[in-house]
Amino acid sequence: MPMLEVKNIHKSFGTIEVLKGITFSMEKEETKVIIGTSGTGKSTLLRCINQLDPPDKGEVWLDGEELTNPSTDINKIRQKIGFVFQDFNLFNHLTALRNVSIGLEKVKHMEKEQARERAMNELKRVGLEKQINQYPAQLSGGQKQRVGIARALAMDPDIILFDEPTSALDPELIGDVLDVMKSLAGNVAMLIVTHEMGFARNVANEIIFMEGGVIVEKGPPKQMFQNPTKQRTKEFLGRISTLYGEE
Amino acid sequence: MIPSAFFDLVSDSMPKLLDGLQVTFLLTIVAILAGFLLGVSLALGRIYGNKIISGVCIAFIEMIRGTPLLVQLFIVYFGLASIGFVFSPIQAALFGLSLNSGAYQAEYLRGSIQAIPSGQMVAARTLGMTKIKSIRTIILPQALRLSIPAWSNELIYLFKYTSIAYLIQVRELTAEGQIIASRNFRYVEIYLIIALIYLVFTFIISEIIDRAEKRFHVPGLGVPKRASWLRNA
Repeated sequence: MPMLEVKNIHKSFGTIEVLKGITFSMEKEETKVIIGTSGTGKSTLLRCINQLDPPDKGEVWLDGEELTNPSTDINKIRQKIGFVFQDFNLFNHLTALRNVSIGLEKVKHMEKEQARERAMNELKRVGLEKQINQYPAQLSGGQKQRVGIARALAMDPDIILFDEPTSALDPELIGDVLDVMKSLAGNVAMLIVTHEMGFARNVANEIIFMEGGVIVEKGPPKQMFQNPTKQRTKEFLGRISTLYGEE
Repeated sequence: MIPSAFFDLVSDSMPKLLDGLQVTFLLTIVAILAGFLLGVSLALGRIYGNKIISGVCIAFIEMIRGTPLLVQLFIVYFGLASIGFVFSPIQAALFGLSLNSGAYQAEYLRGSIQAIPSGQMVAARTLGMTKIKSIRTIILPQALRLSIPAWSNELIYLFKYTSIAYLIQVRELTAEGQIIASRNFRYVEIYLIIALIYLVFTFIISEIIDRAEKRFHVPGLGVPKRASWLRNA
């Protein structure tokens, strides 16, 4: 049984149907990258998975539990689903260390000392041991995003959802964040919405190409980049490669 | 050269004025604290409550903001007494001032809460926090910091508005001065002394809050400190 199962998800905002039946699944420690043009429902899909925007129709299952079932304790399950945002959303009134430890303290009810030690380790893991006492406003974009990743990691999630984690960063800061994400591949499942094609090609186990609220095509990077079966996939990848270049 | 008669007046009237000042402080402190608890509840109820709770909070806030403080005190003191709720003057003043301050503090806090980016709540929820826990650990600590400047205004207003309680027979600072002046007819001097007392303590209060603001300051949160060259310009 797959770890994450997304079955026939539909989501509308007003009269606009953003997702028109999305189905896919993920295994433990797998890395999948979702690509596609803007406004095609990629971010909405991530938010439907952890029920930030509950889908109108369809099911989401994680570890044999149905998230879309209203009687499920969603706060409990969200602890197992990390989320990394495009615009970081670090807690502005807390230092980097407290940003990472607060979930452990307030949600997992860990001892303060223990939580901070764990937070310290996660911040070391993303290369920020020198910034632990700085507030978000004192960090660069790339540092903020690495704190965001450490915050997600600290909760020991089964899967981390990344919503365009490098789109708000200056080009020279993207590399550090992508390096951290690469180092996680194979240790924790990652579902990543990104335009970083080089990263997708090198790290993803599978690439999912979405357009107009449906999955157009999915497959291993090699196949997707070299022999896509759909004409649309070929066009999109051609265009995005000239825009973002290749690694 | 200030005539020595003035100093005699000061030393003669000071004991009574200090008694009054104590009452003024009591009114201010109770009203700001009770008003704070009420204000937090009203602001949270207004923003996060369901339609009914939110509606009740809005109605209460608008009722208080839309009527004069003096009328509110009269209603609490005389009006409630006529239907069987009899308060002493000081009780009525404490109650009325607390309600009044609560409504204003609710609005200051509401502004601060709504100034916090929505992503803060979203990030808290993705960690698995309940809505209530998110509000308590993420939203309120930020909102309260943002509210400090408005809150310090409220405290200073309140300190001076307690003088209105004099009109429902509370013997606070202004009332004590009035009583002394009505006996010796030295209204100008007495009111000058009272004004000076208010002024001194207002200054002290704003200094204390200024320090508190610096103490709780978090970089990037709240009103940025103006550069010194700007302040002097």
